[in-house]
Amino acid sequence: MSQAPRTFTRDQRMPIVHGMLAFVLILVVLQLWLLTATMNAWLGGDDSIVWPGTLVSAAALALNGGLYAYLRRIERTGRGGV
Amino acid sequence: MATPIPERETMSVPPDGRPHSEQPAWRQDFPIDWPQDQYVERRDFVKFLTLTSLAFVAGQFWIAGKHWLRGRQAPPGAKRIAAVGDLVVGGSLVFNYPGEHDASLLVRISESEFVAFGQKCTHLSCAVIPRPNEGIFHCPCHEGVFDLRTGRQLAGPPPRPLPRVVLEIHDGEIFATAVEERVA
Repeated sequence: MSQAPRTFTRDQRMPIVHGMLAFVLILVVLQLWLLTATMNAWLGGDDSIVWPGTLVSAAALALNGGLYAYLRRIERTGRGGV
Repeated sequence: MATPIPERETMSVPPDGRPHSEQPAWRQDFPIDWPQDQYVERRDFVKFLTLTSLAFVAGQFWIAGKHWLRGRQAPPGAKRIAAVGDLVVGGSLVFNYPGEHDASLLVRISESEFVAFGQKCTHLSCAVIPRPNEGIFHCPCHEGVFDLRTGRQLAGPPPRPLPRVVLEIHDGEIFATAVEERVA
């Protein structure tokens, strides 16, 4: 049995965008901290954090980009998935 | 399953909530869909933050690229700085090591002890000044203070010790052989 796609009104999208905003903001602050910590460690001669920091930051970007793409999708189609 | 309400989607709601006909003329001429406006503001802020996130990743990759390039460079090798007799106790000498533009400081702290550190303050790269009588290096830009003997930061904003230049003395000549970057 197939389930109809869930649709969102604009009023319903508002809390969704607020939730995403909070999540993305936390991730961006984490990336800022990661960048300064990596720079400080690297300038001090500690190379061990460079690649792990880059990978974690890239993962945060992928998550942020995915959330933004989802937001645009539910805006265009009104559908947030099944 | 939630059902969209078409008229609610396109309704323009003034801030005071009164009907459109009771609004002042300027607002009737230029109606603003306030909920849509707020929604778009927040959506665009998410977009801005996502682009900020991209900039931070670019910064991480820049560090990784510099790290990769640094790993491919050959070690600087030994360089003669001065003769032991060139410096009196408490005296200092500026020299360039490992590169032509990397200013470093050699200080004679006793008859038999020499120390050398990079001259750039680890805060914002101002030149530090040795004060052998006080046992410190002083950064005049933001009052940073480093220990003369170890190069470790003692006060002020510097986040890391000064990079230490490794010294060797052969036949009365002082040579710089390597640089040690150090984490706080």
